[in-house]
Amino acid sequence: MQGIRKLIASAAALLCVPALAIAQDAPIKIGVVSFLSGPAAGPFGVPARNAAEIMFEMINAGKVPAPYATKGLGGAKMQMSLVDESGGTTTQVTEFRNLVQRDNVDLVIGYISSGSCLGIAPVAEELKKLTVFFDCGTPRIFEERDYKYVFRTASTATMDSVGAALYVKDLKPNAKMIAGVNQNYAWGQDSWGDFELAMQQIIPGIKVATSQMPKLFAGQYNAEISTLLSSKADVIHSSFWDGDLEAFILQAGPRGLFKRSTVILTTGETAMYKLAAKIPDGVVIGARGPYGPYAPDNELNKWFSATFEDRYGVPPNYAAYQMAQAILGTKAAWEKAQAANGGKRPSQDQVIAAFENLTFVSPAGEVKMTNGKGHQAITGTAYGVTKKVGGKMTIDKIKRYPAEKVNPPDGVKAADWIKSGFKK
Amino acid sequence: MQELVAVVIDGIIYSAWLFIAAVGLTLIYGVMKIINVTHGSFYALGAYAAASITGALLAHGMPPMLSYAVLLGSALLVAIVVGPLIERGILRFMYVKDEVVILLITYALFLILEDVIKLIWGVDPYYISEPYGLLGSFDVADLTYPTYNLILVGVAIVCGAGLAWTLTKTRTGKLLVAVIHDTEVSRAMGINVDRFYVVTFTFGSLLAAIGGAFTAPTVSVVPGLGVEVIVLSFAVVVIGGLGSLPGAALGAVIVGLVRSATIHYLPQAELFVIYFVMAMVLAFRPRGLFSIAEARKI
Repeated sequence: MQGIRKLIASAAALLCVPALAIAQDAPIKIGVVSFLSGPAAGPFGVPARNAAEIMFEMINAGKVPAPYATKGLGGAKMQMSLVDESGGTTTQVTEFRNLVQRDNVDLVIGYISSGSCLGIAPVAEELKKLTVFFDCGTPRIFEERDYKYVFRTASTATMDSVGAALYVKDLKPNAKMIAGVNQNYAWGQDSWGDFELAMQQIIPGIKVATSQMPKLFAGQYNAEISTLLSSKADVIHSSFWDGDLEAFILQAGPRGLFKRSTVILTTGETAMYKLAAKIPDGVVIGARGPYGPYAPDNELNKWFSATFEDRYGVPPNYAAYQMAQAILGTKAAWEKAQAANGGKRPSQDQVIAAFENLTFVSPAGEVKMTNGKGHQAITGTAYGVTKKVGGKMTIDKIKRYPAEKVNPPDGVKAADWIKSGFKK
Repeated sequence: MQELVAVVIDGIIYSAWLFIAAVGLTLIYGVMKIINVTHGSFYALGAYAAASITGALLAHGMPPMLSYAVLLGSALLVAIVVGPLIERGILRFMYVKDEVVILLITYALFLILEDVIKLIWGVDPYYISEPYGLLGSFDVADLTYPTYNLILVGVAIVCGAGLAWTLTKTRTGKLLVAVIHDTEVSRAMGINVDRFYVVTFTFGSLLAAIGGAFTAPTVSVVPGLGVEVIVLSFAVVVIGGLGSLPGAALGAVIVGLVRSATIHYLPQAELFVIYFVMAMVLAFRPRGLFSIAEARKI
């Protein structure tokens, strides 16, 4: 009887050997979520998807420069399951469940909208699935609770807002009045809230003329522009993105808003080339970090921007950079976990342990996962003003701000950090 | 005082845009008793056709001043091609069904047309901003407004007045009013109701497409453009009373002025003010401000 048992055990062990070999090399299924339709698709979702396609293809072929020259994730090929982010938070939660429970993806990388991220984070935790947010900016995600399975490889809106306030101080130190026009949901509210607080710290006594909060995708801004013009604010802050940003530029330009006040467009980089003729000199442009025109002159950036432009005919915008950054961060964490696991395919928990507090490089330079108990990235940022040179849009007066100067320390809420006078 | 002037001007401009977008919806409901969700698709199709055709012609050296005629022509093209196709090809088989079923069918068509738009134009934004700045600007109360906004107001007035004149002063309009009041009796009296249906649907679609075409120069034309419009248009026609032309005009003016005043004086309330107005109107006048009394059939 014992002999039979041994025989069965040996047969089972033999059968498991090829199965383990397959598991080691089996493709890693990754859900990639980005806007493929709706107003955010053209300026954000599609460039991000394009970046994902390039990165998946090049990483699988082992063609990415060092330190990412190895094939796939620890040798296993990445396989993409692409999902459209449009349709609202409820739809996204359903799609996320489908990815995890029906398609059995190993991890999910995605989400541009802060609304999507706020909706997905608790579901990722409930389903215990590693999820990497690549773009959404609201700081609330890791401020309101801790997550084990959720990571974000881009900085929060706090970085954009504090960076913008520091730039205003440099550009217009005598500014006395500010105004804002931001979309009425998590991203717009948080962006304006942080900017207003930061301005009050940096230029004490500065007044707020008006804060406009139109609905997301409203499209018509005549009345808001009138109010901003009437306010005679020295500086106008806007975190508008997607088609709203473009409509705002198209409607505000002919009404002279850009001439009357210094306008800061914290996501303006996504529109600055397409609408170059409509954006006059002197508009402050942000790129949500050191991306696009603010990206460093390193080998990884040269390779990424050249590969992207060769294939799609346009330079990558910040959404594309952030997608590439999330994928490279995942690769760095996966391979660190695999190395710690003796070269064997790591478990999800091992990847998570490796991802926490990871420092990795991307085309935008160094990314440190130091906030949100090691789940939230911080990066430096940069701002500059538009300047046409020979009819081409360029950025002038660039100022760079290191990560620690524009991000709160770990465990400190953005608003508290700003109110404390940016104390470390 | 200066701010009040700005409130009125901004309100009128927004009302004009809303009225152009919504009036076709109320016309189609009035005649065909269809809550037509594809109205948003016609708005988007008008915007896309206007942006791509005008852009192409300007690139081939068309005098910029002709672009206004091309905007109108693009809307006409969309309405004439797509309107009868949908009405004759799909909707006419559905008239016997319940209003809710037809509403769902038009919603399904709206989703299909959204995908058709993506298939034809992709997801990249289209811009045709030349007509917006071409006519210069004018200053009121220390504020600059593009003269193009006056064109929007003019288009709204022409659409409204033209429709009112057609309905009250022409034989066709009077026949249409008969169809609005009672389809069965109209048929019995020899009116070709089917023809009125296709013409009404096409004309209603044309109004939506004009709304989209004349909005295109002020926005980036992107997928999903029709979604926001259909929601606002419903709010306007519900406030005014479904099927009522003066109701749509008054609804647009109320919404435009209230929204403008809110933005100037209480911006934090902008998000819900339109729907607050709608809720208040419906609380006291459940069928809208200009609801038409219906005779009870025995």
